[in-house]
Amino acid sequence: MLQRDIRRLTFLLLLAPFLLWIFLLIVVPHIDMFLLSIREKIAPRVYETGFANYVDFFSEPVYIRTLFRTVVMSVAATAMTLALAFPVSYYIAKMARGRAKSALFLACLLPFWVSELVRVFGWMILLRETGVVSNFLQWAGLVTAPVELLYNDATVMVGLVYTSILFMVVPLVSTLDSLDDELVEAGYDLGGGGFAVLWEIIIPHAMPGIVAGCIIVFMLTLGNYLTPILLGGKNSLWFTGLIYSQFITRFNWEFGSAFGFILLATSSLLVWLGLRLSGQTLAGTIAKS
Amino acid sequence: MEYDLECRDLVKAFGLFRAVDQVSLQIERGSFFSILGPSGCGKTTLMRMIAGFYEPNAGDILIKGRSVLETPPNRRPVNMVFQHLALFPMMTVAENIAYGLRRRRVGRAETETRVADALQRIGLPDAGDKRIDQLSGGQKQRIAIARCMVLDPDVLLLDEPLGALDLKLREHMKLELKQLQHQFGTTFVYITHDQSEALVMSDRVAVMNGGKFEQVGAPQDLYFAPNTAFVAGFVGDSNRWRGRVLDRDATGLKVEAETGAALVGVAGGGNVIGKNEMVDIFVRPESISLRRISASEHASPLAPEAANHLSAVVESVLFNGAQSRALVRTRPGDSVEVALPQTGEHADLRKGEEVSLAWTREHCRCYPTLAK
Repeated sequence: MLQRDIRRLTFLLLLAPFLLWIFLLIVVPHIDMFLLSIREKIAPRVYETGFANYVDFFSEPVYIRTLFRTVVMSVAATAMTLALAFPVSYYIAKMARGRAKSALFLACLLPFWVSELVRVFGWMILLRETGVVSNFLQWAGLVTAPVELLYNDATVMVGLVYTSILFMVVPLVSTLDSLDDELVEAGYDLGGGGFAVLWEIIIPHAMPGIVAGCIIVFMLTLGNYLTPILLGGKNSLWFTGLIYSQFITRFNWEFGSAFGFILLATSSLLVWLGLRLSGQTLAGTIAKS
Repeated sequence: MEYDLECRDLVKAFGLFRAVDQVSLQIERGSFFSILGPSGCGKTTLMRMIAGFYEPNAGDILIKGRSVLETPPNRRPVNMVFQHLALFPMMTVAENIAYGLRRRRVGRAETETRVADALQRIGLPDAGDKRIDQLSGGQKQRIAIARCMVLDPDVLLLDEPLGALDLKLREHMKLELKQLQHQFGTTFVYITHDQSEALVMSDRVAVMNGGKFEQVGAPQDLYFAPNTAFVAGFVGDSNRWRGRVLDRDATGLKVEAETGAALVGVAGGGNVIGKNEMVDIFVRPESISLRRISASEHASPLAPEAANHLSAVVESVLFNGAQSRALVRTRPGDSVEVALPQTGEHADLRKGEEVSLAWTREHCRCYPTLAK
């Protein structure tokens, strides 16, 4: 009897940090945010419960367009990250041997020891009008006047891909690592060319890693604030920028909370859609890799 | 004679280490050829060169008389059954078998009939929709073979495919593989370190050691007339001694073993052995006849024509049906394994009993000791 009580107590104690974390930092703020988002402001300090904030969002095309633009760019950034990370991961997992393998993996990890802010400033130093790249182009005689490479969508994309590539590489390396070399050889032996082996054997095997990486990268990109705002400037029109301005500039917490919930709903919906389309489950992808 | 597969002086070196050293072989059409050797002898390297995964440093590989050195693995008319079978887990059984046909752009209808036909031939007509993890070890084995055979290769390579199976299934699959080979009529090249697999299934066996072929021949040749000490020791069980040649004449060699036993034997494998040379002596347990002394006290010596006689004491009896053995210790102190007659004649042999052993000089093969 006593023994069982002790065991249950141990279990609860071990579980407590996790439960506290989930409850205090995720559940409670979200409940509060939701309550805030369904408060309508009628007069100063007079509120009523209702969905007016959500109605306002959907009746203003700029908001919807910003959300749409953010989603499209996030999807594009995710696809680009995958295209870039796949060969890198394949090389690390299957071609590199011994020390080269861990060295390459570490090389991917190293930039992430520096804060995102510093890394984005690094890009700004390179790309601004008086920056390294602009100066080099002038020195080389390729351009006559300084060029501004910041504050456009392409730069935002570069920044987003750069910020999230590690989160694609890690799950991909771990799934590709588990791919038996024999399967690849059998793919060739039975008459497959490089493309057939990639498409029929390597990619299906890596699917859990691909989906896991895509979910993580998509979520990170969609919710990213620093990179699009700093590299894209005022015109970046990133959805998190809207949330920031509602909370901080306008001091309209009610509207900002509604925005937050719309973003949460959108990303959940898209992740669900992605899982359905790729035939994977959340447990089978994120949990595995 | 037409050969399906021919290798000429193949060499493969990794750095300074020569994994395959000047190996030549010729395999007749439709035969079952095994390459038998201990792990690290270079047999897998040899097979990977034939499949096209390694490029030889020197030599040539010919399939049906044409050199395939310039042909990449996916275009060679050889297919391989991998050690762990390498069935694609993301595909069903039917998709696995159809994989190679799809690569050749065979039409959908024809693919279906050929897959169904292949499944029929391996005796698993209903397995097409199964997933790979739903199959048993033996079924996976057959699917892996069917996946290659559906492409109608000139040569099928098998890289120790029975290694992962349990003992009972392995025994069963040996017969089944031989049967499948007979049924398809394709040339099989089988790699193994298990001599019983090689002996049971093959038409011809090459014994490989240190990157070279020690002997190539029918299983019977390897067993009854080994060319080298390595083959004599590796194929089948043997009792061995090491000794010095005391005398030689036309009929054979007189040898004194290091343990003191005086033995009479013949030079194995056409070797010429001189006086005072060091030799390794091999005697198979079943060539030794055993007689119980207590039963026939000082009667006429056992098998008078036998050149070798030793008296010994039984140390233990290892009963295993038809493969029963007795472990005896001879007077000079050697431990010798003797096969017991299958008639059950010595069924009541007990530990500590005195016995006499005898074997003929032909069954006592001597090979020059390799200089170490």
